[in-house]
Amino acid sequence: MPVLETSGIRKRFGGTEILKGISVRVEKGEVLAVIGPSGSGKSTLLRCITQLETVDSGEIRICGETLVQNGPDGRAVYSSRKTCGRIALHVGLVFQNFNLFPHFSVLRNITEAPIHVLGKTKAEAEASAMELLKKMGLSDRSGAFPCQLSGGQQQRVSIARALAMNPDVLLFDEPTSALDPELTGEILEVMRGLAAEKMTMVVVTHEMAFARDVADQVAFLEDGAVVEQGPPEQVFGRSQNERVRAFLSRFSQG
Amino acid sequence: MNFTVLISQMLQATLMTLRIFFVTLIFSLPLGLLVAAGRMAKTRAVSLPVRFYILLMRGTPLMLQLLFLFYGMKPIFGIQPDRVRAAEIAFVLNYAAYFAEIFRGGIEGIPRGQREAARVLGFSRRQTFFRIVLPQVVKHILPPMSNEFITLVKDTSLAQVIGVAELLKITSDWVSSAVSMVPFAVAGVFYLIMNAAVTRCFTAAEKHYGYYR
Repeated sequence: MPVLETSGIRKRFGGTEILKGISVRVEKGEVLAVIGPSGSGKSTLLRCITQLETVDSGEIRICGETLVQNGPDGRAVYSSRKTCGRIALHVGLVFQNFNLFPHFSVLRNITEAPIHVLGKTKAEAEASAMELLKKMGLSDRSGAFPCQLSGGQQQRVSIARALAMNPDVLLFDEPTSALDPELTGEILEVMRGLAAEKMTMVVVTHEMAFARDVADQVAFLEDGAVVEQGPPEQVFGRSQNERVRAFLSRFSQG
Repeated sequence: MNFTVLISQMLQATLMTLRIFFVTLIFSLPLGLLVAAGRMAKTRAVSLPVRFYILLMRGTPLMLQLLFLFYGMKPIFGIQPDRVRAAEIAFVLNYAAYFAEIFRGGIEGIPRGQREAARVLGFSRRQTFFRIVLPQVVKHILPPMSNEFITLVKDTSLAQVIGVAELLKITSDWVSSAVSMVPFAVAGVFYLIMNAAVTRCFTAAEKHYGYYR
């Protein structure tokens, strides 16, 4: 059973169709890299999976539960609010610009949701938060506030915050796009570590080396559609698609 | 002019001024939050009347609103509120409109990503508002709020138009009976002391919230 499966999802903003029937499938422990030019709908795809946007039609199943499916008229029908809420807890999201809560300390950024959403005790939540911070190499910064951290540190905290909810699949929306190359390396290192631990991940990224080396599957999106999907060797090495080859040529020359 | 009597009567009147000040804050701040919510409501059936309310409160003189709430209630609704009650209601309704717009500015100024991050973490709308959004709003609206608080201290003097015995009313009475300007000077000092205290509180609050960004 796939952890995440979307089939034929469509999303329209005003007059423009941003997603034109996207189908992806991620098995447990797999890393799916979503690449493609800006404006191709990569972020929107993640936003639909995390329920920050609703789809117009298509189906999304997460951990065997149906979030949304097509009604008899072909339009999307969402499951009950309760089911949607439960499904949301299976999914974590790491944002491009971190979105840490500035008024909370690093520790509280991580513990707030486990305590008030999952009902963990403070001691329990703090113990596992410290564990995560240790893993992120930030044990000594638990009392700091986000504004006192570098971008790389902030992103590591936001990954810890997402992991604290124990998601079955973790989504990354261009997690390194707001960072300089050095800090980018830092975050990619953390993500490689998660992949090695068999964390199921969907990573929207412009870091082609990461996609090629770490992903089990690569999906190339353009203009709201999956142009090519397959193992990285196929997409990067012997793509039959003109557009994919053109997009990747700049990278392979580098 | 007996100075001791003057000061004691002015202190007495200051209590009335402070009463209006605190009653207004206690009721108009929560009401303002509610009005802000109504103003931002997606349903026009809610937001339109609320917009009209805000226009009415900000678009007509507070003095007129005081006069209306004291003299206009009996002929229209058949009930006569007492002076102080009428003044309190007028101030609460008026200030709620101003506070609502300050709250709205503060709430809309919080980046959308904050709400999205909270939502993805599973917080309910209520939790998101009270745990994530509101604490940040408070920090950002302190400067405009201090303006309103200071204005409110001085606006309480308008209550004299419906005969409330607040500080400036008692002061003017003394000025005309004693034919002396001294009471005015004393009143000025009283207002200044109250607003120095208000300013101090806001400085402390800004410092308290200064630990981030």
